[in-house]
Amino acid sequence: MTLPDLHTNRIDLKLVAEMVTPGSRVLDVGCGDGQLLALLAETRNVDARGIELSREGVAGCVARGLSVIQGDADTDLAAYPDDSFDYVILSQTIQATRDPRLVLEQMLRIGRRAIISFPNFGHWRMRGQIFFLGRMPVTDSLPYSWWDTPNIHFCTIRDFVTLCDTIGAVKERAVALDAAGGRVGVSAPWWFWNLFGAQAVFLLKRG
Amino acid sequence: MSDFSTGLADPLKEANEPTSEVVRFGPETPLLMDCGVALDHWQIAYQTYGTLNAAKSNAILVCHALTGDQHVASRNPITGKDGWWTAMVGSCKPIDTDRFFVICANVVGGCTGTTGPASTNPETGQPWGLSFPMVTIRDIVRAQRHLIDALGIETLFCVAGGSMGGMQVLQWAASYPSRVFSALPLATAAKHSAQNIAFHEVGRQAVMADPEWRGGRYLEEGTRPSKGLSVARMGAHITYLSEPALHRKFGRKLQDREAPTFSFDADFQVESYLRYQGLSFVERFDANSYLYVTRAMDYFDLAADHDGVLAKAFAGTKTRFCVASFTSDWLFPTSDSRAIVHALNAAGASVSFVELESDKGHDAFLLEEPNLFATTRGFIGSAARARGL
Repeated sequence: MTLPDLHTNRIDLKLVAEMVTPGSRVLDVGCGDGQLLALLAETRNVDARGIELSREGVAGCVARGLSVIQGDADTDLAAYPDDSFDYVILSQTIQATRDPRLVLEQMLRIGRRAIISFPNFGHWRMRGQIFFLGRMPVTDSLPYSWWDTPNIHFCTIRDFVTLCDTIGAVKERAVALDAAGGRVGVSAPWWFWNLFGAQAVFLLKRG
Repeated sequence: MSDFSTGLADPLKEANEPTSEVVRFGPETPLLMDCGVALDHWQIAYQTYGTLNAAKSNAILVCHALTGDQHVASRNPITGKDGWWTAMVGSCKPIDTDRFFVICANVVGGCTGTTGPASTNPETGQPWGLSFPMVTIRDIVRAQRHLIDALGIETLFCVAGGSMGGMQVLQWAASYPSRVFSALPLATAAKHSAQNIAFHEVGRQAVMADPEWRGGRYLEEGTRPSKGLSVARMGAHITYLSEPALHRKFGRKLQDREAPTFSFDADFQVESYLRYQGLSFVERFDANSYLYVTRAMDYFDLAADHDGVLAKAFAGTKTRFCVASFTSDWLFPTSDSRAIVHALNAAGASVSFVELESDKGHDAFLLEEPNLFATTRGFIGSAARARGL
């Protein structure tokens, strides 16, 4: 059995996995090569399913024995009935969806809880590149140029919180990670997270 | 009577006395058919590969497509050629006969040993011909279930098949969910499309327009509607390929000549190829069987049996599914597979789905497709772990 390395150095994936109750039903939207699914199946004993857009990603997942369908977060979540899953996860993908609000609403419809991780466009490095260089930011975690990026809907942590409030989602947990993967002070105010969090992970439930 | 010059079996004899294993059923086990007929003398011909384990938990049923047969991975006695899915089924193949006990049976309405229109009606001593009751995919699956019962197998580890074989896989999962641990429907649909029914109708009309068809009584009258059946096969064969595949294989290349002959000879290689496909088909396949089995596909609409809601066909299923389609398959396009996947999602089923890149059209599922093999290996391997095999 060739599963991806479970001792992942992706802190955000470990953080997401920690938020999942063992033995639950999980859908990972945009599951890529199945790294998180394999981590969840192995360490949290969950019934893990995935959706992935790329043919290669899906073929690789299925060949590894993961339960994954080729599909699109923007169109294929509608096929699932309400409360199909305990958790619906969107890991580093929301910025690549066409309609993030609809995707988020669908996630909270088909899952009792939603876990979303995303890169924070309000991080000081991003702000610095725009402010000082006058150019769209390119970083290690977001290496694309503006003309070839699949990321079409960037947001800051603050923007995301506003969207949650708009659709009436309740924030059960929120964690911000700095560029080195360390947690940004738990009791720090939003503006501090928005400046020093390189990425964020939110655990949401329906309001 | 076999032809000693070639060592090949007589197709007409194969219909009643096949070289395969056969289970014969009498009035105590009638085949109850959707059209209302109870067939009380019927038989099912099948091949097996590998060994059934003591727990009888390692059986894989392979379902064949429209013009397939039970000879999935061994020499076909009628044509002398290799089995039709040797790329997929065999020792160390994705469906590994060293690990699994593989069963493949000829469909009801077929012509290689399971009861069909070419079989002898015991009441008249004549071929059934058009007096054979109309067959559905559900009838085909019911007959297979009788065979699985007769083999003493409670739960099939996997049911696998492409095209019409995939329809049987879906029907198995819907009719007998507790007896199907995993299901592998490939390049298939939960209902036959209008376009596909239309192509089938052209084929049937070609057969019936041949004067040698004799109203379906050609076997008694000693003729064969070879021209009609050949045309039907030529037309159907085009639908199994794709424009890029035809172009790559033949283009506009001429057949053994430098210039067009200004005649209706097979000037082009593609014409010659189709004629050959037609001619070789009529040597192994019964024309009335072709009418019946195409009809069975046309009638297939799994949702119609469940208030028009496909998800209801799979409600509460514990079966693990893996659905695959091919990019260039325009006969059973990816949208057909997606409809199955959406229904399975709505039913909360465990399902994987992948659209595989291939320019070989519908036939891709029968050919050397490394991505299909990797997907199948992964799916069967993980299902086997879950089954404790």
